[in-house]
Amino acid sequence: MKKFRLRFSRSQLCLPYAVFLALFVIAPLLVIVYYAFTNGQGKFTFNNFTSFFTNTNTIGTLLYSLFLSITTTIICLIIAYPTAYILARSGFKKQYVLLMLFIMPMWINFTLRITALKEVLSVLEGNISKYPFLNSVIGMTYDFLPFMILPLYTSFLKLDKNLLEAASDLGANKFTVFLQVTLPLSVPGIVSGITMVLLPSMTNYVVLDMLYNKTYIMGSLIGSYFSAYDWHNGSMISLVLLVIIFIVTLVTNRFSDKDDNSRRTLL
Amino acid sequence: MNENNNIIELINVRKEFDDETVAVDNFNLEVKKGEFVTFLGPSGCGKTTTLRMIAGFELPTSGEILLNGEDISKLPPNRRPVNTVFQKYALFPHMNVYDNIAFGLRLKRIETTYKDKNGNEKVKKVKLSGADIDKKVKKALEIVDLEGFEKRSVATLSGGQQQRIAIARAIVNQPEILLLDEPLGALDLKMRKEMQIELKNMHKKLGITFIYVTHDQEEALTMSDKIVVINDGEIQQIGTPTEIYNEPINTFVADFIGESNIFNGTVVGKLKVKFCGATFDCLDDFEINDMVDVVVRPEDIKICAPAEGQLKGKVISTVFKGVHYEITVEVGKFEIVIQSTSCAEVGAVIGMRVEPDGIHLMRKVYTVNKYVGVITKNNTVEFGDGEFECDVTTLYPGSTLDEEGYLITAGGEKLDLTDTEVEVEVDTHDIEMSDDKSAGGVVGNIISMIYKGDHYRYIVRTDENEEDYVLSCPDLWNTGDLVSLIIPKEKIKLKLKVAEENK
Repeated sequence: MKKFRLRFSRSQLCLPYAVFLALFVIAPLLVIVYYAFTNGQGKFTFNNFTSFFTNTNTIGTLLYSLFLSITTTIICLIIAYPTAYILARSGFKKQYVLLMLFIMPMWINFTLRITALKEVLSVLEGNISKYPFLNSVIGMTYDFLPFMILPLYTSFLKLDKNLLEAASDLGANKFTVFLQVTLPLSVPGIVSGITMVLLPSMTNYVVLDMLYNKTYIMGSLIGSYFSAYDWHNGSMISLVLLVIIFIVTLVTNRFSDKDDNSRRTLL
Repeated sequence: MNENNNIIELINVRKEFDDETVAVDNFNLEVKKGEFVTFLGPSGCGKTTTLRMIAGFELPTSGEILLNGEDISKLPPNRRPVNTVFQKYALFPHMNVYDNIAFGLRLKRIETTYKDKNGNEKVKKVKLSGADIDKKVKKALEIVDLEGFEKRSVATLSGGQQQRIAIARAIVNQPEILLLDEPLGALDLKMRKEMQIELKNMHKKLGITFIYVTHDQEEALTMSDKIVVINDGEIQQIGTPTEIYNEPINTFVADFIGESNIFNGTVVGKLKVKFCGATFDCLDDFEINDMVDVVVRPEDIKICAPAEGQLKGKVISTVFKGVHYEITVEVGKFEIVIQSTSCAEVGAVIGMRVEPDGIHLMRKVYTVNKYVGVITKNNTVEFGDGEFECDVTTLYPGSTLDEEGYLITAGGEKLDLTDTEVEVEVDTHDIEMSDDKSAGGVVGNIISMIYKGDHYRYIVRTDENEEDYVLSCPDLWNTGDLVSLIIPKEKIKLKLKVAEENK
């Protein structure tokens, strides 16, 4: 009996992925672009674009989202930086266990986590709807903290101990060593942490919903247009958000790259 | 204060790590100002740890490190006038060459006196000016021969260039001592040779004291004023390269520095020693009948006609090494290596002579393994790190064992010897090695081996309590091999501990 053997070339093996990409990424994107620049009659128009920037509602939501996500990112960074530093640098043998403690919340379903948080907050604050912004920041921070810790932890682990010793050998005290060596060399970790927190927290409206924050952020704004069957304005907002994310990624990539050209632009 | 001209002194320095391994012990060293001192030893011998204690990265567990007569052993690295060149360069990747070299200068504060408003003289610490830093960086780059590299990124430099920058970064601070931790280890052979000469020249020109760590004996011999041979955390010998090479103090040094023939010898008369079946005149004075290790350098053995030689043997291999031939000769059961500019054909019978000054005698360090052991049940004894069967009847003359394993003395007394402390002695050639882990009473790694002409001398160290077993064996094993040790029960010599007898 002749043996049947499948032979695939590399490009053939890519096929399923290519099909997937075309169907679920490229096609929807094209649809979004199409809707964003057409009106109800299917005619090409810039109206959706101009209305995005003239509508105080959308601009207000954009600014609120930015403010919320930037606040979240900063708080995450403030908590995560020393935590990751201690986790990676301490000679503590159980550091992996400690790290797991910070990462483990990610294993629990996220609505469950926020529900639990809601209970804690209502005990602390009495009426939970009193501080919607604060609660949202707390919720987001709780949610995204591991994503800030992990890249920082990795970049501290990679930090060559010899460099720290070299700096102190050359006369730097502990503070100077940190400022001149540890900090600049952890910039890639900081940047990738920021990307991991800043962008998702601009659209994660579930946290706000669950914590009774009635203010829209970008995610809920798009949702509201789509649920009102206004595909055109909804698509335009998605597109603008996409461009913002694209620009942020472009900027941060310049810093997070391990290669030296990016380092030079930084300094 | 500094009457003896020692720039740095290590007094009884000991370093024990958290996991209780002793890295450095009983370390005493004096280094004079301007000397080029090399710490030489195999990897893991404690030489880098010692250097790190001088730099301040490790604090000694006990002992003192005196710099110009003052104890600096507790000072942090940034407050010691000492700079280090790291093995893997440790250049800052986020800075260019200039910033790397200027790093230390920018942190430096210089005491200057000035007059305040009231005309009082005051001392304040000021930074170096930008122009001063520029000048010094430029000078440092000149010294390492990399002028014009200021703006280059560190990552674009080759290994050798990075090494030079690392040296420039250290010497630009004009340290009192420059510490170099295997700085040439990552360079290729040719580059290494070049840098050796350059470093030596730099040392002469700068007048800074160099402390250099290496495991390369040739590098140590080439560069140093003084070599400190270290093994197992302890200094084996301190001396000039010539002293170390010509007068090694023990077989470790002899074997580690250069090639050597090492034999077991016996002193048979005043300045006479017998080894390889012949008697030789020598210059080292030992007691008659002393067991000694004999070290003969391959180049100290002269080839002559068979009839004229003190030794006679058959050539079993000849290898051309460029400047000389390396000839291996079989003399009875011994193998002797000779380096000679004249060739000898394989199979030829040749004679060999050794002049008295070519024979170095050292007191044998290991002649017998001695332990304190404890008798456990069923006629086994626990010593070192293992349990072996033994014959306890040797403890009491005329005694026998009953069926249950109790000892019946000659007087008919029944004794339970469990937990009795005994002194255990095992001859080096009574221990056998086996790669069957369950065959012997204890398992350990071979940590050292030295060829003794007709056999190898191994030291096997157990993992658990780091107990050493010394043994002689004609077969070749490798350092690092995991072996189990078999000791026949009749070869274990037991003696009751004296304290026990006095009770």
